[in-house]
Amino acid sequence: MATAPVLPGGFELPLEPRLPRLGSIDAVALEERAATLATRSIKKGSKVFALDLAIRVMDLTTLEGADTPGKVAALTSKGIRPDPSDPNIPSVAAICVYPNLVAYAVERTRGTGVKVAAVATSFPSGQSSLDVKLLETREVIDAGADEVDMVIAFLSGRYAQVYDEIVRVKEVCAGRAHLKVILETGELGTYDNVRRASLLAIAGGADFIKTSTGKLPSSATLPVTLCMLEAIRDVHEETGRVVGMKAAGGIRQAKQAVQYLVQVHETLGLAWLTPDRYRLGASTLLNDVLMQIRKERTGRYQNPDYFTVD
Amino acid sequence: MIKDKREVARRGEAAAIPTAWEYAPAPESREIVHFEDRYGLYIGGQFLEPLSNERYTTIDPAREEPLAEIAQAGKADVDRAVKAAREAYAERWSQLRPSERAKYLFRIARILQERSREFAVVESLNGGKPIRESRDVDLPLAAAHFFYYAGWADKLEYAFPNRTPRPIGVAGQIIPWNFPLLMLAWKIAPALAAGNTVVLKPAETTPLSALLFCDVVRQAELPPGVVNIVTGDGRTGAELVSHPDVDKIAFTGSTEVGKAIQRTLAGSGKRLTLELGGKAANIIFDDAPLDQAVEGIINGIYFNQGHVCCAGSRLFVEESIYETVISKLKRRMKTLRVGDPLDKNTDVGAINSKQQLDKIGSLVQSGIDEGAEIYQPPCKLPERGYWFVPTVFTNVAQSYRIAQEEIFGPVLSVLTFRTPDEAIEKANNTPYGLSAGVWTEKGSRILAMAQKLRAGVVWANTYNRFDPASPFGGYKESGFGREGGRHGLEPYVALDGS
Repeated sequence: MATAPVLPGGFELPLEPRLPRLGSIDAVALEERAATLATRSIKKGSKVFALDLAIRVMDLTTLEGADTPGKVAALTSKGIRPDPSDPNIPSVAAICVYPNLVAYAVERTRGTGVKVAAVATSFPSGQSSLDVKLLETREVIDAGADEVDMVIAFLSGRYAQVYDEIVRVKEVCAGRAHLKVILETGELGTYDNVRRASLLAIAGGADFIKTSTGKLPSSATLPVTLCMLEAIRDVHEETGRVVGMKAAGGIRQAKQAVQYLVQVHETLGLAWLTPDRYRLGASTLLNDVLMQIRKERTGRYQNPDYFTVD
Repeated sequence: MIKDKREVARRGEAAAIPTAWEYAPAPESREIVHFEDRYGLYIGGQFLEPLSNERYTTIDPAREEPLAEIAQAGKADVDRAVKAAREAYAERWSQLRPSERAKYLFRIARILQERSREFAVVESLNGGKPIRESRDVDLPLAAAHFFYYAGWADKLEYAFPNRTPRPIGVAGQIIPWNFPLLMLAWKIAPALAAGNTVVLKPAETTPLSALLFCDVVRQAELPPGVVNIVTGDGRTGAELVSHPDVDKIAFTGSTEVGKAIQRTLAGSGKRLTLELGGKAANIIFDDAPLDQAVEGIINGIYFNQGHVCCAGSRLFVEESIYETVISKLKRRMKTLRVGDPLDKNTDVGAINSKQQLDKIGSLVQSGIDEGAEIYQPPCKLPERGYWFVPTVFTNVAQSYRIAQEEIFGPVLSVLTFRTPDEAIEKANNTPYGLSAGVWTEKGSRILAMAQKLRAGVVWANTYNRFDPASPFGGYKESGFGREGGRHGLEPYVALDGS
């Protein structure tokens, strides 16, 4: 069983590979920086680039009690070919579904390059035993999921236990699936907690860190993602290790998506603007992006009925 | 399904990953602004031709293109303006009920808000500052100053309890080119609120927003002569300073000129406030929130191209985090977008004038000659106009000119310290004392530092933040008197026995 240190405030984490200083976050200055970046005015060709990118890094998501194989099939078709009338529109990065529906999504995406992500570990609360979480992780991977989105209980303060859980889930994923660790930042309360949770997840072996389940009223925000990106940047600069980022929840409009991408661009650079390192988790964003692309191409907004509802 | 797969594969090939994401130009339209070919002097509520018959051309420093012909006011012009101000003071403004004065000021504030886009474009065109800053900082703050002092106009007794505040008369006000409209607001709003009239001289290189402000004055139906604007170079300022019928001089600008003004006024009985240069210390302790501190360093020195009297031009970093901070700083500097001030994505605009560009250049050269290590991020500058790449000097000794003299440009000098006492000693070791910044998570340390730093403003975990309610002003050779807040009224009122 892996062991983890407690996190003494203000000291470096005595972990291998070494992580950056825990540090602290000044909320006012962080929010100011995020707000300034959000004023970037992205026009014309640079906007089309961003919109195209937003689709390429999208985790097209459905996480409802009402989900059925039919719903997943429709969503998967949409993700593979978002706009049947325009062959230049790329596929999304992944389809994100509940464990029971993984098999359907896997079958539909086979050979397309579109990945399947499964939320596991008793999503969205994570309130079950480690055995259950490990079992669920194993099941979704066996069903063919390429990526596992797990939730953690950072607020418990039992950092060693949380760390241990991440390590164990990662062991199950190792070599077979990417692990995204969901911090549920809407519950964390402070940016200091967001940074600590980010570093803890990274120390535990997360391939990606992810803001939210999307099940809370407060999900991804620009300051929260900036805080997480800076943690990723510090880890990369200190250790060379690449960790991906997934912003999820509440991103419904193309304009928001562009703001998130600008933030990544000016914090981590173009190297992070690929599906391997960045994802936007969203269920309703895609059509707005398609509509904006059409508008950039034709100069006109079109009736929403020209875009399929799936 | 199969058809799908083929198409996906084909699309995958077509979409090569780009190597750069260049933002397309996003210029703010300048069509909203209309300039006259030539401007007169705004005296007694109308534009008058200068008696001096002298003119000069004001330009757009980012394109080196002329914008308008500006009057160079001479002795007789200044005299006319002071007479108009005196008459307006005696017959109209000082007789008004204070609540009426407030109404005019509120009106000006609202008009500034309504016309803020227009003014923002003028500030960027004539001054070279990025539209993002003129739009998000200069204009909101200028309007806020008028709102704030409008509120004081009929409450002066509460600002000075148990005293009887009275206006002092005609104020001569001379403002700099770095925040033309904002400095105008800092000067005019408290003067008018307290019942004085003004003759204001904008800086030689940036007169246009002050001249456009005359139209706001007209729109607000301010009685003629309450605000008079005379344009010109230092000679005009000297005439205003030495005019016998001016009761008070307020000057913001260089320490050198400030000293000359003080010499001129010695023994004249005129009141004087000076807001002069600075060489502020921005102090980063090892427990600071580093990424935000780096933003604070950037904002402290590259805001408005470093044309800021309170710029954090000396960075003091605790030695234990020196390398981390410098590497973060350099990386952040690479993302600064230098260029067209009217582009909404520009972070650093044009240097205000050729003269200033030369001064920055020569001080930077002195830094290199004295042995400091220079870093400038790769940066493509426009061919025309006045530009200077954001610059940082490391390995700077306290004795170097770049650590002592005010550069007033986008040039940062980095020094290190080991203990809080050493930081204070080095930070205070300057003839200036306008501002300072302290970055630490420890609240008690912030308070201890603020007590010991000899600076008029100390920012904690932020930098270059302004608010009309917060007084601003210097120690030592950074001047005296405060602007902003209740303190900002003091220079414009006569109290019993004073």
